[in-house]
Amino acid sequence: MRLGIDVGGTNTDAVLVSGSNILGSTKQPTSEDISSGVIAAIEAVVAEAAVSFADIQAVMIGTTQFTNAFVERKRLDKVAAIRLCLPASRSLPPFADWPQDLLDTVDAKYYLTAGGYEYDGSEISPLDSADLQRIAQELIQQGVKSVAISSVFAPVQNNMERQAAEVLLDSIPDLSVTLSSDIGRLGLLERENAAIMNASLASHAKLVVASFEHALKELGIHAPFYLTQNDGTLMQAEQVARFPILTFSSGPTNSMRGAAWLSGVSDALVIDIGGTTSDIGALLNGYPRESSVSADIGGVQTNFRMPDVLAIGVGGGSLVDADGKVGPRSVGHELLTKAMIFGGEVLTASDVAVAAGRANFGKTEALANIDQQQLNNAIGSIQKQIEDGVDRMKTQAGAMPVILVGGGSILLGEELDGAEEIIRPPHYSVANAVGAAIAQVGGEVDQVYAYAETPREEALADAKARAKADAISAGANEESVSIIDIEEVPLAYLPNGAVRLRVKAVGDLSEHQLGEI
Amino acid sequence: MKVKRIELKAIAEGAAFLGTGGGGDPYIGRLVAEALFDRYGEPEIIEASDLADDANVYISAMMGAPTVLVEKIIGGAELDLSIAALEQYTGRPANAILPAEMGGCNSMLPLAVAAMRGLPVINADGMGRAFPELQMVSFNVHGVCASPMSMANEHGESIIINARNSAETENKARQLIIGMGGSAAISCYPMSGAKVKQTAITGTLTLAQGIGQALAAGRKNGRSIESLLAYLQGTEYYSEARLLFKGKVSNIRNSVEGGFTRGECQITGLGEQSNESLVIEFQNENLVARSGDKIIAMVPDLICLVDSDTGAPVTTEALKYGQRLTVIAANVPPIMRSDKALDIWGPRAFGYDFDFTPIEQL
Repeated sequence: MRLGIDVGGTNTDAVLVSGSNILGSTKQPTSEDISSGVIAAIEAVVAEAAVSFADIQAVMIGTTQFTNAFVERKRLDKVAAIRLCLPASRSLPPFADWPQDLLDTVDAKYYLTAGGYEYDGSEISPLDSADLQRIAQELIQQGVKSVAISSVFAPVQNNMERQAAEVLLDSIPDLSVTLSSDIGRLGLLERENAAIMNASLASHAKLVVASFEHALKELGIHAPFYLTQNDGTLMQAEQVARFPILTFSSGPTNSMRGAAWLSGVSDALVIDIGGTTSDIGALLNGYPRESSVSADIGGVQTNFRMPDVLAIGVGGGSLVDADGKVGPRSVGHELLTKAMIFGGEVLTASDVAVAAGRANFGKTEALANIDQQQLNNAIGSIQKQIEDGVDRMKTQAGAMPVILVGGGSILLGEELDGAEEIIRPPHYSVANAVGAAIAQVGGEVDQVYAYAETPREEALADAKARAKADAISAGANEESVSIIDIEEVPLAYLPNGAVRLRVKAVGDLSEHQLGEI
Repeated sequence: MKVKRIELKAIAEGAAFLGTGGGGDPYIGRLVAEALFDRYGEPEIIEASDLADDANVYISAMMGAPTVLVEKIIGGAELDLSIAALEQYTGRPANAILPAEMGGCNSMLPLAVAAMRGLPVINADGMGRAFPELQMVSFNVHGVCASPMSMANEHGESIIINARNSAETENKARQLIIGMGGSAAISCYPMSGAKVKQTAITGTLTLAQGIGQALAAGRKNGRSIESLLAYLQGTEYYSEARLLFKGKVSNIRNSVEGGFTRGECQITGLGEQSNESLVIEFQNENLVARSGDKIIAMVPDLICLVDSDTGAPVTTEALKYGQRLTVIAANVPPIMRSDKALDIWGPRAFGYDFDFTPIEQL
């Protein structure tokens, strides 16, 4: 059986999944130190399912800790960025357009050196090992422990990034190194930014992984553990320590994947209503549709894989104003003391849901004197904001199935414009932990092919084979691997038919990865 | 007067609007210009009418794939070299820099190179928008040849092309670009101050800035599109600017043909207009807006897609399903609608079998 855990800002959820059955689920408060909350959640879910810790074969954890650390500029390492590009790309060095407070926090240092590739994989200039050795000496003097290495067109060819890492590691064996080609896509600045962000989280990531390991060991769980990444696939613990940034948007992804699994519907809109926001995303083939635009995280532009999610300021804790407008301000985690149904004094969206008979909890008598007009307006306000969001996220004309998950989904009734049907699957309040438990492993290729030299069929076959191989080397069971996404983007203004191909493969975690099943 | 570093954001956003979907996202270009302004100071901006008739004016631009530009970021050295190579060839040192294209990324690079060389930049360009090819500039319309043209890369290599006419210069250059790594800094149409006065579309740099400022001002009270339209309608050039349609992207189809992204994007109305739709046909830039069988705007008039909430211009490459977009069209200055000009960039120049009709008559 698999243990799925979602560490959210307010709650830590856990579920036990065996085959297609949910054996138990729980919601516990998230603790300051994270790991004690995780331990409490595991103990509760194991007790509920009446199984033993030794029965757990794999542990999958979704967490937003790294995102929060970066956005709050907490526990970040000093980072040096090394770009292999000269004589090209000199005018715009690394850290361009970063917020000043972040530059100060990571003590932004950068080096430009020779190397890098053209779009067809030929060299701009050869790598300069002597210069890299000189840079290593400076890093030692400066006490820099973490570096991000980027090279021009690294997604096409990453040999130089890897060679540069070897040179630096020869001089500084305990250096943390992030390669841009391991993280991002075409777009040097954004990919480099993502690599620097990742490098800044290096020691924090090691600590988090160690604390999860410690927590599991203390409970007597010896199964391998994984963290879930933005695209709904898994990374092994040792990978997380190296690539914490790949977990950045795993929360919404897990809830959408969980919603698909729980409802058995693979193409639908998912609305995850929490305490402060409603996150609306689209499922295509059971996976979240990805965003095509660069994402701003903590004031930095990045371009790594993120689900396309629209957050609307409506949740269970949203405040209702005198005219009945709901949100975006929210009482957040203070819902249990501030809402009227819980003895508080402010009118929240949860109070409205109870007053409207959509849910039944708390002290309903506290709502006896609510103004009927305000109540009607509030219900309309929730409805309209969610419907607008649904319309915005739909990719086709006509109605689509809508899956409702999250604790706040009681806010909605049974009617929703644009919804073909409203599905409220069982265990909807822990869909994100379920999404973690059922996560698969994936592989991806993002490369420029010149169709004039490599015919389209050949290029597609090559990209597919490499994406599959990538998934298998990440632990996927060979038979289960399939291609789930192909994106073909012609490079404009070039006459040789250059096309950027992105192919994604996923598969189930192979059995030897899961231990004995 | 100087081009202020702080105004680059507004100019870049205005140029993205005038890019009508093409020209590449000016974000990288703006960062390059900002970096070079920081290093060399802000350049002077002058009017075309201030030029001495015998002044030597050079164009600065980047040619090639925007996708390459975001990976191998163009450096100041290449921009400088492309001008230096042409100066050496003609034997005439530059007195001022002229933008070729006030749309997309190429709006920013002339500012960067002007700062670097301590030369003034002229408040004018050759397109008043973005177009995909080198011969599609007002200089060519009025008989100035793109050749001699220079091309330079980061290795300090440069090439001079001396072709028989502007279209042939484009053909030769497009082939050479591949060997230069898919993008290169270029300079072409070297001309005198007198020629610039006759052939350039004037005032476009400050127009781009005005568009960006109008968007920013409108955004403060959530009325960016109204603010943009009011600004455009108050200008001499874009007095017929109008909102064509509002809706969401319901279909995108594109393919590569001869090195250009051709395709169309369908925008479907919202709410009560959900059975209406508008189709935008593009070849990098938006060329035609069609409602059913009826064409309601066509090149060279501006057809711009902006985000319905923020008014931010959306490039062809950034189009995605479900986006809420507003389509704005505007007339272009008379110099761009002359018969000679329409031969170069009218609908027929893009393969359509109909003649240009101005938006105010559609």
